[in-house]
Amino acid sequence: MRRFAMIAVPYTWLVALFLIPFLIVFKISLSDAALAIPPYAPTMKDGFTALIQGLDFENFVFLTTDDLYYKAYLSSLKIALISTVLTLLVGYPIAYSMARAPEEWRATLMMLVILPFWTSFLIRVYAWIGILSNEGLLNQLLMWLGVISEPLTILNTNIAVYIGIVYTYLPFMILPIYAALDRMDDSLIEAAEDLGCSRMSAFWLVTVPLSKNGIIAGCFLVFIPALGEFVIPSLLGGSGTLMIGKVLFEEFFNNRDWPVASAVAVILLLILIVPIVLFQRNQQKQAEAEG
Amino acid sequence: MAKPSPDTSIKEFSPWTDPDEKPLIRFKNVTKRFGDFVAIDDLTLDIYTREFFALLGPSGCGKTTMMRMLAGFETVTEGTIELAGQDIAAVPPNQRAVNMMFQSYALFPHLSVYENIAFGLRRDKLPKDKIDARVTEMLKLVRLEKFARRKPHQISGGQRQRVALARSLAKGPKLLLLDEPLGALDKKLRQDTQFELMDIQETTGTTFVIVTHDQEEAMTVASRVAVMDEGRIIQVATPGGIYEGPNSVYVADFIGDVNIITGKAKAAGPDKYFVDWGGNQAPILATSERPFTDGQECHLAIRPEKISITKEKPEEAENAVQGKVLDIAYLGNLSTYHVELPGGQIIKAQTANTRRLSRRNITWEDPVWIRWNATAGVLLAE
Amino acid sequence: MKRLSPFNITALTLGFAFLYLPMILLVIYSFNESKLVTVWAGFSTKWYGELLRDQAFLDAAVVTIKVAVLSSTLATVLGTMAAYVLVNGGRFMGRTVFSGMIYAPLVMPEVITGLSLLLLFIGIGLDRGVLTIVLAHTTFAMCYVSVVVSSRLVSFDRSLEEAALDLGCNRFDAFRLVTLPIIAPAVISGWLLAFTLSLDDLVIASFVSGPSSTTLPIKIWSSVRLGVSPEINALSTMMIGIVTIGVISASLISKRNSVRAQKDAQAAERSA
Repeated sequence: MRRFAMIAVPYTWLVALFLIPFLIVFKISLSDAALAIPPYAPTMKDGFTALIQGLDFENFVFLTTDDLYYKAYLSSLKIALISTVLTLLVGYPIAYSMARAPEEWRATLMMLVILPFWTSFLIRVYAWIGILSNEGLLNQLLMWLGVISEPLTILNTNIAVYIGIVYTYLPFMILPIYAALDRMDDSLIEAAEDLGCSRMSAFWLVTVPLSKNGIIAGCFLVFIPALGEFVIPSLLGGSGTLMIGKVLFEEFFNNRDWPVASAVAVILLLILIVPIVLFQRNQQKQAEAEG
Repeated sequence: MAKPSPDTSIKEFSPWTDPDEKPLIRFKNVTKRFGDFVAIDDLTLDIYTREFFALLGPSGCGKTTMMRMLAGFETVTEGTIELAGQDIAAVPPNQRAVNMMFQSYALFPHLSVYENIAFGLRRDKLPKDKIDARVTEMLKLVRLEKFARRKPHQISGGQRQRVALARSLAKGPKLLLLDEPLGALDKKLRQDTQFELMDIQETTGTTFVIVTHDQEEAMTVASRVAVMDEGRIIQVATPGGIYEGPNSVYVADFIGDVNIITGKAKAAGPDKYFVDWGGNQAPILATSERPFTDGQECHLAIRPEKISITKEKPEEAENAVQGKVLDIAYLGNLSTYHVELPGGQIIKAQTANTRRLSRRNITWEDPVWIRWNATAGVLLAE
Repeated sequence: MKRLSPFNITALTLGFAFLYLPMILLVIYSFNESKLVTVWAGFSTKWYGELLRDQAFLDAAVVTIKVAVLSSTLATVLGTMAAYVLVNGGRFMGRTVFSGMIYAPLVMPEVITGLSLLLLFIGIGLDRGVLTIVLAHTTFAMCYVSVVVSSRLVSFDRSLEEAALDLGCNRFDAFRLVTLPIIAPAVISGWLLAFTLSLDDLVIASFVSGPSSTTLPIKIWSSVRLGVSPEINALSTMMIGIVTIGVISASLISKRNSVRAQKDAQAAERSA
């Protein structure tokens, strides 16, 4: 009886507040705008046939006619991809150096990487506005140094979005790579050098392949949330920055077009399924390899 | 600490030979399957009150499954298990008069030694003073009075083992199950603890069933040993019975060191057989109560210490073979000689080193004679 | 002994500068006299005073903390149950669906979670307010709690629970008296994580909050959209300060515990 309750309570909760809402989104994405007012006619009350008849792919067709949407999808993919690569380039040297640090420092270094996790995401993004704006600290510094004479426009461009994503998701990249490198046996590098590798080739032939799983995990952990990101493009990006999370938000709140917003959500999810499934596989493979 | 000699008690205590004695535990045609895997295969076994019973076998032989079925953590697929004449299939683990000492000890890390021992007593809602008295008694039994307030990670491995023992004995179970109780201890401590376990078993009068893969441990502590393999019991006997009278090559080989000579049997008088073992050697004379037909394949199992080794040809030996010393393993108190016979077979012979090393007269490559009596070995069919 | 190369030192210095400089600048400029964020006009704490007199911020803070306490507590209970069921529950109908529902919210974009919950609340006619935010936060936070707790349960020695059963506990008592005290650190971490996620959430709260239930992130969001404001700098500094104190003291406690564990191990060896 108690076992039943242990299963039933969280199960019911998730069905009611995760699965059903999701099915509602799916259903509304297939409904007409006029019908998408509560209680979302046609409902099951009118019978299954009416439900089916009320559904069509109009909203999805609409998404293909307006090139705003497919551009937004493409641009989201591009931004997520570029930021993932940039995060890897920034994160790997840090993770690598952490793994080479003396034992007694590592706990502190770990804590320093994790600490930003616990501070507000919003505030961390906000901090960059003051730095990147035209009168911002970065421009002030560069002008003072004499590198530039005119302030650079960084805020409200895609570059600011890249910086924002790299900054906020950096710990997601560092931690799995560090975990992989930390487990690595140092004598492997020595063995490689003993067998004639140079420092550099030992790094490429031994260290990088052994941290492969960490790199893959880190990339997915950055790519997946970056794809649906809303706060960063809204705060740091400009009017030209198209990201699907932002489009969805605006479609819903500004245009009040729920069926289209739902259709956008369904397609975003379909796009996300591929990397999520790949990520799951990678994790499983790793878990199996570790036995 | 150790009692004078385990052998004397074994002679006095043998309820399994008494047909009127009722067993405490009775496995009746028990089978246990995990999916397609048969862990226990149609097993029947009686264990008697006050016994110290050892289940011995390699890992995966089903000994742990048997113990977990007794404790109630596994259900029986077919057959019944009776405890004191009652089928225990329907009794949940928390209501069985059976307690278990876990291989990992499973001491609760958040509770002190005292609280660990009191844990089971508190579940019975005993009055406070009774619990206190019982815990104190248990602490005294395992000599841990000084450590009552420590947490498990604040005491040594050997002390943890004793806490686990005290905790499982605190409720005064009819039957105590011990899963590899000494497995986590180092060798020296293990030997001391074996005697301590026997002492405690005798003091409390509890029936112990121990699971182990260590044959020395089983031989030392147990009143009877069951040798298991692949879900079946191969042989149940006293330690002496298992060692001197194995019923199969598997048991002979599993317990201690043994030479196996395979050949064909030929009758040579009442309970006596010649073993024709090939080569141009004279047949070996061996006694056996088990009958063999002429020409039947048989295996003679002889322990190395039953074979003596000399440089000169022995006179009047029932069995004597000449060979060449291939290897000598010097173990301090004993030396084992590996003697190669003309047919290529290697026989191990063991002698006690009563003389100083420098005066040993047999060395590598020496031609030697080995000899043994007809009663020294056991003739086995399989 | 490992030695850091100049490359390692550079990478660490630049990396941590990148991670911390923006926040440090934020803190410094919260003490700026001028309203113009980019011009330093002398030290002042006036923005803190201004912030603490701003009723709208205080109201939002109260709502946020209320929501965070309620939702993280609920999420911890539900998430721990879910973790226990997933790790120890054996097979049951719909187990795959269940574990799917636990892991999906972790990777679900917040915009979708928020949208779907809002549509549900509108559909069943539930007024948006503190309750709906609590429901929403509990739902996604319980998944995080369940991941944290189940990673602890996986390494939990099952024989401890069996020992409790063997000594006379029923299953519920075994969980209450043995399992729960031992996994408590993971449960507490789960609670803290849920609490932080709730404090931090902007997107989902934007969807499911009503006019009377503005949370702090929503309030921050609406002022930040207009650009940098010294009041927000002051608020950020306070939040960063609280988190820093929390994380540092947590790591000090864990360090002290590991030192103590080492001493215990030594004591154990001596007593042998």
